[in-house]
Amino acid sequence: MTGFLKEFFNRNGIGVGAIMLGLVLFWTIGLIVLPQLSMLDFSFRPNLPPPEIGGPKDVYTLENYKYLVFGPEGGGQDYNAVDLRVFYRTLIAAALVTIFNLILCYPISYYLGQSEGNHIRIFALMLIIPYWINEILRAFALRIIFGETGVLNTVLIGSGVFDQPFDFIRNDIALYAGLGYAYILLMIFPMYNVIESLDRNQIEAARDLGAPWWRIHWRVVIPYAKPGISSGCTMVFMLSAGALAAPQILGGPSSLWFTQLIYQQFNDNNDWPQGAAYAVVLLVTCIALVLAVMRLFKVNMGDIGK
Amino acid sequence: MSAGVGVDLENLWIRFGDFVAVRDANVHIKGGDFFSFLGPSGCGKTTILRAVSGFLDPSEGKVLIGGNNMIGIGPNKRPTALIFQNLALFPLMKVWENITFSMEIRGASSAERRKRADELLDMIALPDQGDKFPSELSGGQRQRVAIARALCAEPDVLLLDEPLSALDLKLRQHMRTELREIQKRVGITFIYITHDQGEALTMSDDIAVMRAGVIDQIGDGKAIYNDPATAFAASFVGENNVFRGKIKQVNGGEALISTNRSGDLVARISSANQGKLNVGDDAMMFIRPEALAIAPDGASGDHFVTANVTHEEFEGNSYNIFSEGEGGKEIKVSIPNLGQSFENHTGQSITLEYETKNAVVVPAGELAAE
Repeated sequence: MTGFLKEFFNRNGIGVGAIMLGLVLFWTIGLIVLPQLSMLDFSFRPNLPPPEIGGPKDVYTLENYKYLVFGPEGGGQDYNAVDLRVFYRTLIAAALVTIFNLILCYPISYYLGQSEGNHIRIFALMLIIPYWINEILRAFALRIIFGETGVLNTVLIGSGVFDQPFDFIRNDIALYAGLGYAYILLMIFPMYNVIESLDRNQIEAARDLGAPWWRIHWRVVIPYAKPGISSGCTMVFMLSAGALAAPQILGGPSSLWFTQLIYQQFNDNNDWPQGAAYAVVLLVTCIALVLAVMRLFKVNMGDIGK
Repeated sequence: MSAGVGVDLENLWIRFGDFVAVRDANVHIKGGDFFSFLGPSGCGKTTILRAVSGFLDPSEGKVLIGGNNMIGIGPNKRPTALIFQNLALFPLMKVWENITFSMEIRGASSAERRKRADELLDMIALPDQGDKFPSELSGGQRQRVAIARALCAEPDVLLLDEPLSALDLKLRQHMRTELREIQKRVGITFIYITHDQGEALTMSDDIAVMRAGVIDQIGDGKAIYNDPATAFAASFVGENNVFRGKIKQVNGGEALISTNRSGDLVARISSANQGKLNVGDDAMMFIRPEALAIAPDGASGDHFVTANVTHEEFEGNSYNIFSEGEGGKEIKVSIPNLGQSFENHTGQSITLEYETKNAVVVPAGELAAE
């Protein structure tokens, strides 16, 4: 480690090296680690009015975590069924969005990665340019498409598929579409990056040895693209589970996303410790799930960075 | 193994837009032969190979394998196996999985595949290396794994696209012998693509010399080397000295060529051009460096060339004398080193002689780039 630091300073000089190192440390520690630690600290404290903070009542407690599992004390129920259901539904929905995105994006990434020519650049631009538009505006655009009198319903009724408008929003279809669309680039680009570097001769060699197209993908392309696939899936899963704008705008009235509960705790209930506890549970569970799935598919942590 | 399945190209044309990559190729490759396509890069030899393997559809003409027209049959259904220039081994599969990939596709059990992999690993002299990954092998070993993988598919025709070009010189020369031995052992037809005339000459039964999409000459190594059909074939295969001139006289199989620099010279008309050269035609005469010798001073006649020596070099097995030639090309004389002493001629004018049978005349044409 000291050797690495010495080399780093030798290469960049003391001044530039110190600035670079300082900025990186400020970014990781000041902007990421410390606020998260402060959240962690919050989550173990009772919600007190400001004058009592630091007072005798301000002691570490598991109250906030208990609340997620068992609900309010004396609430008359064994478990906090409402919040827990939102929690696992969020995780399952995020996983489904991830799988759906993977199935949708793999062929696109393969096509982008293995074709040659200028049309690929145009194709990639067409994917990127919509992301210049604010995420909330994009969500509202989808609302316009999926709404009761929206484009989709007008077309479907006009062409006689439905007699009356289908409620895409109440049925969460708009939400899943919105979440899927929101992170499509994060799925495509890691896969595209890896598949682009796959030697085309390997595909031809497999074909020459008699392999049908699906086996070429199964045995040659997918194993090779695994780091990209896991990187894309991790990002999409984490971001979908942590999404707020899309569920807020596209979610049906009856379906809450877990992030919305966290938001309510912080903003509506003004209960920061409770919100922090919910956020910590979501973060830890998501990380654990990702690590478990990576282990199942034998992906190394180093591969994610590729 | 199969008795050897022949490959025929009939009036084969391959175009990419306006560009003609292969022009009216007609080739008959006998079953069990080692056949090479020899030519500079961009001459269309790889395109022909892709048409035989099925990755490319010809614009016109036929590809026949064992007499069956292959047009419209995909590469995974043809009785061919291709060895790629960069080998294209599957990096995430172990060596034995690589070798038996074709069996996996046919649904063979893991035990069967293991057994066959071991047999093939023995054949390519890599026993017990099956559990390694390709990245753990040396270049030559990977080369042999690629051959084993292709042979495991039991093809009737093995296609090789410059597979030795990535190896260093020593290994390349060793692999030539090895490839030839493997071919004799398995007895199937090999079609080999190369720009290296040494590879083509040492391994092949027959060679097709290609230039800009056209097959200039088909013949065995000796015919290609000693009896070139075109100026390109003469200048591309091995070293050759060129003398330009006009046909002054034709006597049966020989012609007298009047050159600008060296007067009238006599040469044998190459077999492919017998009866086709007429008095007054532009012609090129070729003499190999090793077929020239220093003549006694003052000798003159129709098989003597005067030359001004510019520089000399000692190459170990030969002593090379370079002198001014025509059109910026030098005349090179190679005198084999048999232990005699070599005089220094630099700056002098010397007379060179050759035997008529070692000089060959063809119609004037494009020369191979250096």
